Amino acid sequence: MEGNMRRSRRLWGAAAVVTTLSLVLAACGGGSSSSGSSGEVDPNGTFTVYGTEPQNTLIPTNTNELGGSKAVDAMFAELVAFKGDNAQPYNQMAESITTTDSKVFDIKIKQGWKFHDGTEVKAKNFVDAWNYGAYSPNGQINSTFFENIQGYDDVHPADDNAKPTTDKMSGLVLKGDYEFQVTLKAPFSVFATKIGYTAFAPLPDVFFSDPKAFAQHPIGNGPMKFVSRTPNVDIKLTRNDDYKGQDKVKFKDLNIKIYASQETAYQDLLSNKLDFIETLPPSALAGSKYKTDLKDNLVIGHLLGISTIAVPYYVPGYDNLDLRKAISMAIDRAQITKTVMNDTYVPADGYVSQGIEGYRPAVCEFCKFDPTAAKAAFAKSGFKGKLTIASNADGGRKEPLVAACNSIKNVLGVECDFVPATDFGQWRSIVTGHKLTGMGRSDWSADYPSIEDFLNPIYRTGASSNDSVYSNPAVDQLLQQADSTPDKDAAIKIYQQAEDAIAKDLPSIPVWDEKGVAAKSKHTKTVTLDFRRRADYSSVEVTK
Amino acid sequence: MIRYVLRRLLQLIPVFFGTTFLIYVLVWAVPGDPFSGKCGQTACPQAYVDLMTEKFHLNDNLILQYLKYLGSLFTGDWGETFNGTSVGELIATSYPITLRLALVAVLIEAVIGLTAGVLTGLRGKGFLDNLVLVSTTFLISLPVFVTAIVLQLVLGTELGIIDTSVSDNPSFGELIVPGIALGSLSMAYVARLTRTSIAENRHADYIRTAIAKGQPNSRVVGVHLLRNSVIPVLTFLGTDLGALMGGAIVTEGVFNINGLGGLIFRGIQNRESATVVGVVVLLVLVYLLMSLIVDLLYAVLDPRIRYD
Repeated sequence: MEGNMRRSRRLWGAAAVVTTLSLVLAACGGGSSSSGSSGEVDPNGTFTVYGTEPQNTLIPTNTNELGGSKAVDAMFAELVAFKGDNAQPYNQMAESITTTDSKVFDIKIKQGWKFHDGTEVKAKNFVDAWNYGAYSPNGQINSTFFENIQGYDDVHPADDNAKPTTDKMSGLVLKGDYEFQVTLKAPFSVFATKIGYTAFAPLPDVFFSDPKAFAQHPIGNGPMKFVSRTPNVDIKLTRNDDYKGQDKVKFKDLNIKIYASQETAYQDLLSNKLDFIETLPPSALAGSKYKTDLKDNLVIGHLLGISTIAVPYYVPGYDNLDLRKAISMAIDRAQITKTVMNDTYVPADGYVSQGIEGYRPAVCEFCKFDPTAAKAAFAKSGFKGKLTIASNADGGRKEPLVAACNSIKNVLGVECDFVPATDFGQWRSIVTGHKLTGMGRSDWSADYPSIEDFLNPIYRTGASSNDSVYSNPAVDQLLQQADSTPDKDAAIKIYQQAEDAIAKDLPSIPVWDEKGVAAKSKHTKTVTLDFRRRADYSSVEVTK
Repeated sequence: MIRYVLRRLLQLIPVFFGTTFLIYVLVWAVPGDPFSGKCGQTACPQAYVDLMTEKFHLNDNLILQYLKYLGSLFTGDWGETFNGTSVGELIATSYPITLRLALVAVLIEAVIGLTAGVLTGLRGKGFLDNLVLVSTTFLISLPVFVTAIVLQLVLGTELGIIDTSVSDNPSFGELIVPGIALGSLSMAYVARLTRTSIAENRHADYIRTAIAKGQPNSRVVGVHLLRNSVIPVLTFLGTDLGALMGGAIVTEGVFNINGLGGLIFRGIQNRESATVVGVVVLLVLVYLLMSLIVDLLYAVLDPRIRYD
């Protein structure tokens, strides 16, 4: 490289500008946010929660994941709501829900409730919203939630190529401004609980004229109203002072702050910039570091969900009850939940989550760690070859399953490998396409708190999440019988019989049950984690 | 000169079509159904999948899809994400932030890297040279995410000097630490590059001539030596600014900066192909323009370079 002899001061000038600029920049850097709190509850405070970008439009019938439901559920009030601490259902917008046969439900709604735009909530707002959600050309992600209602097949034909013949379900009949009647296809006793799910929220008249514009600025009837949304940055809500429900909030503004990384959110929480995060990042869980990081700011809930390992019937060699028993008894659940999962899970002992009405301990008799019995069952099964457990490997899914595999390997002396999938999407397409070549992770979280939601969607023949492709006519019959039993306690008893029958077949192996370990900032005095892994906003108190 | 610029700009057109086509095909041709993981443990209703398939023209063949995409791109429509947000708006909000971050990073690289390079290049072997050698080796060997997380943990969580994440619309001041994390690797390269270049040119004939003519030392170094030595560094910095725009994925993730890097990252995670294609198209343009600007700057530094 050679140069030239031209004289110039240009470069020095540029260098000087650069230097000055960088000094100026350095001078305005830094800044710290920690401030002391007086401990007094602030009714006008702001509560900032960890968020992820909603995956769909902010419409109740189109929101099915945590990121969107954090905002949508606060903006809408359904007929029935669930208590934050124990998930008990209670009438929220419903004045009464009456039925004699679990097929025809007469629903009266409370008067005087208003949407955030000032219009009154009437029975037709429910009927219209449900029809919109079910109508197949609207392509709503929650449309299948309406499938029990009579006339669903006319608005949403089972055949994908068929056009719907109408856009109104015949099972929904208006009986006045504040009353409507729902007729189901078949008796379904849990319907009165199911309608507490987000998809069953009412929608104001303004929605139907322009759903797209509405999704940008949703108007609900819930405890909080929409303020603004910046994609990938935040969703801001504020208290609805006219709200008439029980679950009023005790702070003013809700800021759902969207993070790209959970780790960063956790660091922000530790420095009190963020008030709540519902899951802890792997780095905090490692070695139970979170316990020392958080101390009093640890929030422990109980999620209504269950983790199982599906043993598909279509995989050659796996349709063998002794093998299933052997695998199940060879997994040391207590040890894995303690050491690998750092006490964020507890061992599962049945097919229903602990805390659901109708849960009984030790329903699964083969879910106890018993190396001797496991070895005996394995010898009896005559299985030859290698066992595999597949799952998406991200989000801490891999480690417990690797540990389960090792436990099986140590006890049974058989090869066991963990098979990773690249991401959740790819993983689910393997499972729904019935392309598993061994066992697979099969987790379930309840949409509504009922024992029914742990059985029907997973173990009925042809059910939407029947990952093992399990089919037992006796179970199907018990489930149908329970569905059509109007008396709640009697129905639960029959669901329990179905669970017992499933436990004998072991179509999937229950492994653990997530506690739900969340964290709050020191500015947050109280907060409860609800059964769907969200902060129960009505329990939140922030300090000044 | 003008002809050269025009020719270069014309060259951008085939490059633009080529890269966008490749990216479009690569992103949309990924095997697997983009909607398979969208409904948790259950399969999505077919009606939803159908609606989305139609909206994103997924049933058309890829060439037709690409042409439709280009068509709307030329009318200023960058497409929409699955949750109904306009990709154009997303880019418009995050672009300035990434630009700011990249500028901060390049400034840090240039100022610290050049200074260290010039000082060590002039002095030759000694304590300072060893210090720079060791520290640059250290920086080069550290992946960016380690640097970023260490800075965040030590300065943010432990010492409380900085915030652990930046605000929605961060100022230049807030971006200094993320900028250091982002620029640290290139800073080390700049220092090494400048040092070698200076050390080489120090013994060149024209420098000896300048000294013989009795020029003051500052002028010999500042004008004759630096100006010629800085050309390779400038090439590096120019393309680096382009690379930083996209390479900020990790840094933006750690400090929760709502920039282009984060946008691509989330786009890939959620299979939001419209976002990924949009942002990458933009990055391609920025990269091409940056290299053009760098090429033009050569002539300013070295008048012997002619373009026509």
